Amino acid sequence: MLKYANPTHFLRLVAAVLPWLWLACVGLLGVGLYMTFFIAPADYQQGDTVRIMYIHVPAAWLSMFAYSIMTLSALGTLVWRHPLADAAQQAAAPLGAVFTFICLITGSLWGKPMWGTWWVWDARLTSVLVLFLIYLGLVALWNTIEEPTKAARTAAIFTLVGVVNIPIIKFSVDWWNTLHQPASVMRMGGPTIHPTMLWPLLIMAVGASLLFLALHLMAVRNVILQRRLRRLSYMAAQAGEQEMAS
Amino acid sequence: MTRGPRLLVENLALVRGTRRLAQGLSFALESGQALSITGPNGAGKSTLLRVLAGLLAPAAGTVSLSGVDPQEMAQHIHYAGHAEALKNALTARENLQFWSALLGGPAGLTPQQALERVNLAHLPDLPVSYLSAGQRRRVALARLLVAPRPLWLMDEPSTALDTAAQARLAELMEAHLSGGGLIVAATHSPLGVPAGELMLGGRP
Amino acid sequence: MSAALALFKRELRIASRAGGGGAMGVVFFLILITIVPFAIGPDLNLLSRIGPAILWIAALLAMLLGLDRLFLGDHEDGSLDLLQMGALPLEVVIVVKCLAHWAVTGLPLVIVAPLFGLMLAVEGDGLAGVAASLLAGTPALTLIGAIGAALTVSLRRGGLLLAILVLPFTVPVLIFGVSAASAASGGTVPFATPFLILCALSLAALALAPFAAAAALRSRD
Repeated sequence: MLKYANPTHFLRLVAAVLPWLWLACVGLLGVGLYMTFFIAPADYQQGDTVRIMYIHVPAAWLSMFAYSIMTLSALGTLVWRHPLADAAQQAAAPLGAVFTFICLITGSLWGKPMWGTWWVWDARLTSVLVLFLIYLGLVALWNTIEEPTKAARTAAIFTLVGVVNIPIIKFSVDWWNTLHQPASVMRMGGPTIHPTMLWPLLIMAVGASLLFLALHLMAVRNVILQRRLRRLSYMAAQAGEQEMAS
Repeated sequence: MTRGPRLLVENLALVRGTRRLAQGLSFALESGQALSITGPNGAGKSTLLRVLAGLLAPAAGTVSLSGVDPQEMAQHIHYAGHAEALKNALTARENLQFWSALLGGPAGLTPQQALERVNLAHLPDLPVSYLSAGQRRRVALARLLVAPRPLWLMDEPSTALDTAAQARLAELMEAHLSGGGLIVAATHSPLGVPAGELMLGGRP
Repeated sequence: MSAALALFKRELRIASRAGGGGAMGVVFFLILITIVPFAIGPDLNLLSRIGPAILWIAALLAMLLGLDRLFLGDHEDGSLDLLQMGALPLEVVIVVKCLAHWAVTGLPLVIVAPLFGLMLAVEGDGLAGVAASLLAGTPALTLIGAIGAALTVSLRRGGLLLAILVLPFTVPVLIFGVSAASAASGGTVPFATPFLILCALSLAALALAPFAAAAALRSRD
């Protein structure tokens, strides 16, 4: 049944959903940012720099979420050979890379005042850096293979290999980190997070997720349209050849 | 090989990337018959052969050999594509010995006998890199003889062969067919043995 | 079994006749080891402390060098099509090819590593530790690399992409390889702990990589 699902239906659905999605996204992010800057308290130790958390944590969450989307789509590609799954995979890779990058940059900006240096080889930062490299590899893979269905299958296999490996990498980096330096002193606002910090964080996380969703849907739409364009140009080329022959 | 299996192709659809090459392709080939596939460039001749060989998944439809487990079908098929699958660093004999061991199945001709059949008996111990294009092609043909398999899939089998070698190729194909084998070949020129013809259309 | 043996012999024969990939890998390994002291200075105390790490990084890069050839030759001359249609499952073909590739590129590095370790003032137990950890860890590198080689086999600029795809996944092997090698020359961690994890990584790669690589090879066109 999935095999015959029609990308055209999907495009119609996207057109109907997108305006509402953007509305909700802008609304939530607006409220979230307002709370971040004017309502959430400054940390008694970290001062205003703690506000970076409201960007950093949602970005970190989305860096994983994008990979989950890619994994599900990869299964869709390999098991059901569904073109929508191909497009969803392709669209998620650069978005995942960007959110991971935001996570790294905000982590680095946060690190400067906290640790007095732009970069520390902290276990968590390092794992995210490796995840970022995997995303870049995927984007490179997509850019290198011209044939869309083949690119989708290749990327799907690589994505699934990553799913198996990412926990192993995380575990290794934790081991490596504890071996080379004492546990980091960084703590995020104590063991329990105060509601005045939790609410903006949750709102920002939901808003950022909606932002991801909206961008992802738009990117999937672009991929589908690009493929149609590709097919049309191919058919035009064929028709041209036929005319030349006759 | 007394009586070979029957090749049955049902409702096959071929897709290369995003373009459809053929749809609703059905034919049957009896033991001892040959089929030549013709059509313009890009019509999907090579794609059809790769699908029959099980190297490419068809977009729809089935390919089957009677009496053969679908999982093991590839082991009853010889695929002779554009590339010769020969290693330049190895001699003709070593290449054939390797394929004989790897392709498995019932014992066929020895490499030396096979080379005799393609008129290359004098060059078994020369690295393949020293051979001409036509000679390489003939070593690749000899591969079909070292491991007997009923269905031969051949992509432009007469490429690079001179007249004498083409006649030799026709003899080999005839012997294969009279032994109950099957041949499906993509060709531009006549195959050299009596064969049915399947014309793949140019337009998707 | 005889088919697997025939494949293994053929791989070794091609390697020994065409260019000697193993010897080139060792030379590249030596060059990397030579370059490092130029960059960080000839201080033997420092070199001896980071020697195991240098040896591991050099081995990793030297292994990476020949990986793009793992399936490329067979893809280009059509052999891969026939290997897919032979008596052996493609997964087994991949394991045998990896084994042969490791014997040609990985094993020589394991053998010369203690010798080159002397140049970096690594001593006694440290040398044995480096050799043992390379012996246990380099098979994982070949197998992980095989996935990358299979994914990039039909691409024109495959070599660089292969490195980009594979290197992040070699992080665990590098971490535990260097840990084991350093632990052997003294340290807080007992040698067995990282070494056993390293063995586990190689075994896990042996169990999983052939399937991923086979899936990639099957969808190469």
